[in-house]
Amino acid sequence: MAEPLLEVENITVSFEGFKALDGVNLKVFPTSVEVVIGSNGAGKSTLMDAVIGRVHPVAGSVRFKGDEITKLPEFEIVRRGICRKFQTPGILPTLTVEENVIVAAKRSRGWLSGLRRAISRAEAARVSEILELIALSEKRRMVAAHLAHGAKQWLEIGMVVASDADLLLLDEPAAGMTYQERAKTADLIKALAQRHAFVVIDHDMDFVEQLNAPVTVLHQGRLLRQGTIEEVRNDPQVQAVYLGRAEEDNVAHA
Amino acid sequence: MRRIENLACGIAMALLLLAPMYVGPYNLSLLGRFLAMGILAMGIALVWGNAGILPLGHGLFFGLGAYALAMHLKLAALGPGELPDFMQWNGLDTLPYLWVPFKSSAVSLIAAAIIPTAFAAALAWLLFHRRVGGVYFAIITQALALAATTFIISQQPYTGGFNGLTDFGNAFGFTLADQQTQTDLYFVTVVVLAIAFLVTRWLLETQFGKLLRAIRDGENRVRFLGYDPAPYKVVAFAFSSLLAAIAGVLFTLNIGVISPAMIGVVPSIEMVIWVAVGGRESLVGAILGTLLVNFAKDKVSSAFPQLWLYMMGALFVLVVTVLPDGLGGLLRFFVREPRGEARPTVITRVLVPINDEELPAKPEKSPLESNG
Repeated sequence: MAEPLLEVENITVSFEGFKALDGVNLKVFPTSVEVVIGSNGAGKSTLMDAVIGRVHPVAGSVRFKGDEITKLPEFEIVRRGICRKFQTPGILPTLTVEENVIVAAKRSRGWLSGLRRAISRAEAARVSEILELIALSEKRRMVAAHLAHGAKQWLEIGMVVASDADLLLLDEPAAGMTYQERAKTADLIKALAQRHAFVVIDHDMDFVEQLNAPVTVLHQGRLLRQGTIEEVRNDPQVQAVYLGRAEEDNVAHA
Repeated sequence: MRRIENLACGIAMALLLLAPMYVGPYNLSLLGRFLAMGILAMGIALVWGNAGILPLGHGLFFGLGAYALAMHLKLAALGPGELPDFMQWNGLDTLPYLWVPFKSSAVSLIAAAIIPTAFAAALAWLLFHRRVGGVYFAIITQALALAATTFIISQQPYTGGFNGLTDFGNAFGFTLADQQTQTDLYFVTVVVLAIAFLVTRWLLETQFGKLLRAIRDGENRVRFLGYDPAPYKVVAFAFSSLLAAIAGVLFTLNIGVISPAMIGVVPSIEMVIWVAVGGRESLVGAILGTLLVNFAKDKVSSAFPQLWLYMMGALFVLVVTVLPDGLGGLLRFFVREPRGEARPTVITRVLVPINDEELPAKPEKSPLESNG
């Protein structure tokens, strides 16, 4: 088997004594999709926080392409090739759709090289390509705040992809989407997985099933089960703590 | 849109350059002063409107530029071996070391530009690298403006104290009191304003300017795209302080005096109000706001001296509640951008600049709740 792209080993994240993550392991291989599920408070987002350097684990290590990145500042980690989409759409509301993608697609992150009006031809081509991909070409001059919720989610996915990171972390990319939009999002992720590796967090089992990828179940900061979607579904422990509850929730919401 | 803007700017420029022909000497001198302040206002529009950093102490950088020049003018008015008047009153018999370099006009002008810019850059670097931002940054800049005025007042033998520096006589070989010198100074001010406008507008149109707005919109999003926002904010703040310092130099030349009362906390807040009235995102708006508020201040306070502060307060409240994007925003409301998409108004958080929504990271929920 190939070298893992990301290796999370035994990490523990603690907030004033409360362990949000407790000895969690995760391996992600190049051009693959890994799904993380779990109920509220299971530590899914915290796991992404720890990978991207927003929180620093008290124990354990995160390695990316073989290098230890546990203690690096976020922008350093991002420059090494990890990019994240946040749970609430993290777009830049007063910029246009196109400008949002440009900010993500620009190759140089330094201020001095930004002292010119235009971006390079290659960057412009990449921006157009991304806008096609997320079906927002026609709205490229629209101010991002005016987009519908689903389109905002796609825009942020587009930004993350535009960064050309090897590993993309998507925190509930399909939240608030209609059923059709979710199906499209799953297709988009599967298509992109030929170039990038993904870690996807979601609650929605239909969406997870459409992704058809290995699943890691977290519960109260611990790793509960790893396996295929079928294995996870049929695991009595998972059913007890997560799926059963999710179904109850669905009933309650219906 | 761009063509209309260029045309309007060209007409405004022509009107300003022809002003000595149709504006009396008193109003011309006011106009010169206020246009100098317009340079500072553009700097505030850059950091506040576009980068989301509210500066409440720009009087400090304005003052550093103004004092660096005023020290030179004070020395230039002396005969050989003489000391500035206030030093004699305070019993000094030799020129303090701090003052010696300011005998040279070139050194003074360079110092007037470099000292405030370098100081602003160092301050911004320290704070932004530690992710001090928003209200905290605003309060720190205000505290520094207060500290600077207190320091100047307390060091009367070296600074001229509360009275400031005045009685300049001549500057760079020209007699300041001459009507011709005053008119020439006005032209210099207009030309510097135009250059400052073009440079700042260019800066805002570059990728750098786009990143400033991106940082204003979502500093975290930008950080998690691999950018370090700190250098962008440092450069923007330092550049804005350079504009404030240039304004200080021109203002002092135009008015012939600089004192702590002109650079402290209250003037610093007034500067922000000019920009709020004009529209904080727009450079033209910042200049117009400065002219409007200052002319209003001059006319109102000469007719009803006690009324002005109330009027300014009322104006500020009005702008914040009804016109969050100032006159510039009003203009944009009527003149729509091409392609049918007007930009949305920036969310009204006048005193709290748009900031990180997502920090600090918190546990999603307590484990107890997740069991329920």
